[in-house]
Amino acid sequence: MGSARMFGPRRDEKNAFQRLLSLNWGMILVTLLIGSVGVAMLYSVAGGAWDPWASRHSMRLGVAFIIMLIVGVMDIRYWMALSYPAWGIGVLLLVAVELVGDFGKNSQRWLDIGFMRLQPSELMKIALIMALARFYHARPFHQSKKISTLFTPLILIAIPVLLVVRQPDFGTGITLVAGGVAIIFLAGLPTWFFVASGVSVVAASPIVWSLMKEYQKGRVLTFLNPESDPTGAGYQITQSKIALGSGGMTGKGFLEGTQSHLNFLPEMKTDFIFTVLVEEFGLIGAIIVLLLYTIVLTYGLLVGIGCRNQFGRLLAAGLSMTLFYYVFINIGMVMGMMPVVGVPLPLISYGGSAILTWAIAFGLILSVASHRHVSLAPRGSGII
Amino acid sequence: MAREGLRYQAFSRRAFILAGAQGLAVTALGGRLYYLSIVNGEKYKLRADKNRISVRLLAPVRGEIFDRKMRKIATNRRDFSVYLIPEQAKEVANTLTKLNRIVKISDRRLKRIERQIKRQRKFLPITVAKGLDWKTFSRVNVDMPNLPGVETNVGLSRFYPSGQSVAHIVGYLASPGENDVGRNPLYQLPGAKVGRQGIEKRFEEELRGEAGTRRVEVNAVGREIRELPPRQEALKGQDLHLTLDMDLQEFTLDQLGEESAGVVVMDVKNGDVLSLASAPTFDPNEFTSGISSANWQGLLNDPRKPLLNKCMTGQYPPGSTVKMVIALAALEQGIITPETKFFCNGKHRLGNNLFHCWQRNGHGHVDLLDAISKSCDVYFYEIAEKLDIDIIAEMAKRFGLGQTYALGVDGEKEGLVPDRQWKRVIQNQPWHLGETLNVSIGQGAMLATPLQLAVMTSRIASGNEVTPRLIRYTDELDFDPNFSPMEVNPLMMRLMRRGMEMVMEPKGTAHDYRRSKSAIKQAGKTGTAQVRRISRAERESGVLKNDEKPWAARDHALFVGYAPAENPEVAVSVLVQHGGGGASKAAPIGRAVLDKALELKDKPALPPVEQGEA
Repeated sequence: MGSARMFGPRRDEKNAFQRLLSLNWGMILVTLLIGSVGVAMLYSVAGGAWDPWASRHSMRLGVAFIIMLIVGVMDIRYWMALSYPAWGIGVLLLVAVELVGDFGKNSQRWLDIGFMRLQPSELMKIALIMALARFYHARPFHQSKKISTLFTPLILIAIPVLLVVRQPDFGTGITLVAGGVAIIFLAGLPTWFFVASGVSVVAASPIVWSLMKEYQKGRVLTFLNPESDPTGAGYQITQSKIALGSGGMTGKGFLEGTQSHLNFLPEMKTDFIFTVLVEEFGLIGAIIVLLLYTIVLTYGLLVGIGCRNQFGRLLAAGLSMTLFYYVFINIGMVMGMMPVVGVPLPLISYGGSAILTWAIAFGLILSVASHRHVSLAPRGSGII
Repeated sequence: MAREGLRYQAFSRRAFILAGAQGLAVTALGGRLYYLSIVNGEKYKLRADKNRISVRLLAPVRGEIFDRKMRKIATNRRDFSVYLIPEQAKEVANTLTKLNRIVKISDRRLKRIERQIKRQRKFLPITVAKGLDWKTFSRVNVDMPNLPGVETNVGLSRFYPSGQSVAHIVGYLASPGENDVGRNPLYQLPGAKVGRQGIEKRFEEELRGEAGTRRVEVNAVGREIRELPPRQEALKGQDLHLTLDMDLQEFTLDQLGEESAGVVVMDVKNGDVLSLASAPTFDPNEFTSGISSANWQGLLNDPRKPLLNKCMTGQYPPGSTVKMVIALAALEQGIITPETKFFCNGKHRLGNNLFHCWQRNGHGHVDLLDAISKSCDVYFYEIAEKLDIDIIAEMAKRFGLGQTYALGVDGEKEGLVPDRQWKRVIQNQPWHLGETLNVSIGQGAMLATPLQLAVMTSRIASGNEVTPRLIRYTDELDFDPNFSPMEVNPLMMRLMRRGMEMVMEPKGTAHDYRRSKSAIKQAGKTGTAQVRRISRAERESGVLKNDEKPWAARDHALFVGYAPAENPEVAVSVLVQHGGGGASKAAPIGRAVLDKALELKDKPALPPVEQGEA
């Protein structure tokens, strides 16, 4: 609209094919490289076989690659226009899960939509970032700094978080909260507010603790220190640490991990796949994978910093943070630094939803990069 | 524009802060990884190996037990068994049905198999049948392709080829109890057995052997993946060689028939125990495979006590078989000379008490040789009145009564040689002379085991301090232990031997009762021990004959003897519990056994026989 014209001709008005060519193929390659590490590890987990996991993982990576390109090529204004509807659909799907969802591992997370089992909480991670980005995009800076403006974002965060925690899926709940807080922080809410909130949470915790019943305290303690429960979560963490530690500097070699091949590791192909990686490739392998992730995540933040519109900035940086949470929570968990919550390692863990999240999120970052010079109207794109 | 600039500045600054936070977090992850894999790497490597490497024990082969002619007393028999591994059977029920056509599986076992399938991990074998014969076992092996999940195994199980005759000596094997499990890790192996009673128990450690080890890689649920070198083979347990002669042992048991009895045969020269027979007996093989509770109850409740080793654990009044010892004590004390005579009218008065001779009409004038050969009780009452009980006890102990010999068979009892101190300690009463009279004919408090009586007889026969042995630690059969001579006047000893020869001669108590007429001259002494005191009323109304009394009230029949009389080689002691008269019941057995023992001794030892597999 008007503001766009004020900045002169749209330099980024390219056709879809031109945008495809101008995508950051280096970063796409890094992403695919991480994915192929996943293929290798799933090949190893199956005892040196493509079936059943490595082959399907490769196929999913292929689909993810295409989704990534489509999302990346599409005009950022479509995505901005879709932000609120995406949030709405996400919430509806979460409610649907609540009503008709499949049960898996004692929690209700999946929705059977015929050709695949969709995990709406994964899509919600992206939709929430989109909605918040759009919200703050439409607010001038002086408003974004005000605490009074916080009301809507808190509602936007709280509704999906409550639904997700009910499933129960604390991992996703934490990711959603952390992603939302990251956007609010990036949008400019004064730092003292975050500090004050943090301090008050810390200050309140002893009081909450004293009000809790014994069995509730027990649960929290097991959650915080799984090794106090040697047969349950503690077993997983103990075995995981043995696998990580026994890899040493260079690892036991591809397909040579004893912890993984002799089934001492739990959930090897999903949440604990990083452990297999470290056991077989050692500290060096782990550092390389961490670096690959860091490259992509840093790229996301840099895209945000290099973007001229607030929506793109918040979106790219917020998604980078969301992806970062995946990596950090997953690896922190398998190393016993963090409570055991079911968060997969994106592109490496077996499972479709996390790959899909990565594909869409990274596609959106690519789209922001393509449209970094576009200035957007405060209330939407005008395209839809 | 300016406002947009402010917004951008705020965003960029904060985005850099987040980038920093991300960097810090990733560094923290890296640091933690470094800590786990480098700082603590060795610890976790060890723990990973501990996880995956399991040291499994290899059961050793148990040592065998041989008799003096290398006949196997205890050996290990191949045990054919069939296992089922549920995981490998496509359909367990189907496989079992097919298997049932070859091996009959009882319904009870089928139920147990079903229970086990549900309970344990699918890759662990379940025993379907064991103790199969070779034919059935071969048929299973041939049919293996049609029996998915079925595996066969050839194990070893303990076998006593002539189990009944050695049950009390070798004992038996049983599954380890809770106390055993801590003693050696071997006892935790499935199917492990531990020696119970007898040689199997006493020499458990020697027979057991040493476990071998193999290291296997296991997965998280304990499934064996592969074996890792090195493998340490198990060491077979030591073989034991006994002094027993199984031919004699079996002959002796045959002689005992249905009686409740104990017979000990010893080599007079070197103390070798040639036979140690206790009847009735039981089959130790039943215990190895697990005895049924009905059979066990039967063994426990049998009044003839088949489980009791009567040779060493049973203690009985020795009766007249101790008279030589009493006589030697009196001779040594100078109370009598060989010529001393006493008059026997059938009873002897001491204060208000009457002591009776077994010959109610009396023996008339008796000298020492008569007293022994005719077993006159009154003669010994006369001696006993002047003989201190402590002197008798001292002499009895010199001849091996009142002590144990550690043959390696447990439960050996000391018997009882009473003296003043014993009475003071146990009953807190002074000794009465009347008791000495009872002891002088082997009654009263005095108790002896058949083993002790055999030792006593060997010592009289040889004049040496013969000590029995059951385990041969040397390979030589003609073992010479160099026993020192008895510290008893040899002339007096010779006199006793003459008395014992006369027992077998026309006027002696054991003359009439010979089963075999062998040319070899034997010497012996009979004994009949009352189980309970005969009351005056009973005596007046006429003592019941043994056959008329209930079994448990009948007298014990005893006999001790040796042969050949001129140059003693073997000694025997016989106790037939509630058997009646020593002369009629025990002496014939003893005489037959002595003849057999000499006959077998003359035969050269058989070469070792390697027994073929069934």
